[in-house]
Amino acid sequence: MLEIRFHGRGGQGTVVATILLAKAFFRAGYQVQSFPFFGVERRGAPVEAYVRLDKEKILLRTNVNYPDHVVVQDQTLLHSISVTRGLKPGGWVLINGSAAPIERKPFEGYRLAFADANRIALRNQLGTRTHPIVNTAMMGAFARMMDMPPLDAIRAVIEEEIPDTHKQNIAAAEDAYREVQLLGLIEPASAPGPVTAGNS
Amino acid sequence: MKRVIEGSHAVAEAVRLAGVQVISAYPITPQTHIVELLSEYCASGIMDARFLRVESEHSALAALIGAQSCGVRTFTATSSQGLALMHELLHWTSGARLPIVMAEVNRALAPGWNIWTDQTDSLAQRDTGWIQLYCEDGQEVLDSMLQAYRLAERVYLPVMVVLDAFYLSHTYEPVDVPAEADVDRFLPRYEPRFQVDTENPCAFGQLVPPGFYMKMRQNIAMAMDEALVRFDQIQEEFYGIFQRRYGPVEAISCNDAEIILVTSGTATSTCRLVLRKLRDRGEKVGILKMKLFRPFPVAMVRKATSRAKKIAVIDRNFSFGASGIFAQELRAALCNTPGRPPVFGYIAGIGGLDITMELLEEIYWKTKEAAYPENESVWMGV
Repeated sequence: MLEIRFHGRGGQGTVVATILLAKAFFRAGYQVQSFPFFGVERRGAPVEAYVRLDKEKILLRTNVNYPDHVVVQDQTLLHSISVTRGLKPGGWVLINGSAAPIERKPFEGYRLAFADANRIALRNQLGTRTHPIVNTAMMGAFARMMDMPPLDAIRAVIEEEIPDTHKQNIAAAEDAYREVQLLGLIEPASAPGPVTAGNS
Repeated sequence: MKRVIEGSHAVAEAVRLAGVQVISAYPITPQTHIVELLSEYCASGIMDARFLRVESEHSALAALIGAQSCGVRTFTATSSQGLALMHELLHWTSGARLPIVMAEVNRALAPGWNIWTDQTDSLAQRDTGWIQLYCEDGQEVLDSMLQAYRLAERVYLPVMVVLDAFYLSHTYEPVDVPAEADVDRFLPRYEPRFQVDTENPCAFGQLVPPGFYMKMRQNIAMAMDEALVRFDQIQEEFYGIFQRRYGPVEAISCNDAEIILVTSGTATSTCRLVLRKLRDRGEKVGILKMKLFRPFPVAMVRKATSRAKKIAVIDRNFSFGASGIFAQELRAALCNTPGRPPVFGYIAGIGGLDITMELLEEIYWKTKEAAYPENESVWMGV
């Protein structure tokens, strides 16, 4: 079984991203489960949501405390919460943003990937400059990073679930699929490396 | 067809398939998604039903009591404080023998203000004459809703289908949503024996002297007993069409089990994994899943636990001044059986605290180590 945790902020479509991803995996033949951690629901507040997938029926009905991989839809969360909490060693951390300004140290022992989903969303007329809708771009980046689910399954789910703007959302997923930067494993302080002060 | 839907929508799909004619509800988290989808279905014409918006849960049930009395199939959904506000009319519904079906999403009662799962809200209504069915996953929710209408209309008692907040209500998973034609075969049109009818005037709910009143209460008790028999018959009919069935209880690996963990709701699902793990290590453990809470399936509980050395009841609820409510029921069911095993009571997951595999395992080992329960209730994880 694989367990994936999404971090985002209220209003960014984090919960929807996990539902659509679960539906895409289901189309690809997986058993799936997706649910949000419900905290204080308001725009801008940190949100967590989960996807579980397996080849057999999923019986586990607890929160995801030890995810295999993590997706961060909003870079500003890196300053306020530990997105790697409970993350299994070697797990992927997919971050919405560009690689350059992110400090590597907190991600040692994990694999890092970046997708500039804000830019991709705006390029495809999804949301506004202050509120880009990044979830479908993050799904595309995820599919490339994990080599699953197939992009076709993501296209089909978007078409079914977001009929009004499916063209823009599919284009965003495809762009992110192509453009995602897979940095891979961050070795513990091996090289002097591009450690920066972060972007705070 | 299997679709990835959330538990709340499994309820709503069943209400659509059952051809419910009147829905009345007042919004409360975490039940909200149920009536949101139903209001969409009513507005768009997918359902040919009246959706009544009311000013409180008390009014929601009052409206259904009126509607159901006129001979139509009805539905409401609520949680926590909302169910508590309905309390007076819960008694009225069963007393009037109205087969109303309600979905109840378990949520902790306030204060402190808490939206997460906790069974005390529904279990506190145990003496109101409602049949109660607890569910483990989305499929069981949808199936139980359809079965609830059959059962309610067969014995003329209301049914509450109960599901955990978030771990079930907001969890998306594959659910087989049956075809309307198949549901129609299982659930025929509602034909009431009595209804408000201007062509045939009758009095409803009038003054009843003690002798008649006592007889009426005994009739409700007998209808509850009948519900236990009908429940199994309905499962067989359901199985014939949908190839799925559920017991009032489910005894999992209980035949040779020395310790039986008694569970309800989604904790059962996680506990199945714990069972596999412990069995792999050679531990003789079983699970008794409680689905039917009212009527309480005493004979089945006795049979399933007859060979066990210890019983450990996991309660996501509490009756202050007493113990966990399932534990009370288990103790009452077993007290007149010879050589009964000791019943250990564990309180877990109150106010939505996670019931993890580790916690369930800890409960198993605690029970194994102790010869006899030292306390009526052991509070876990606090």
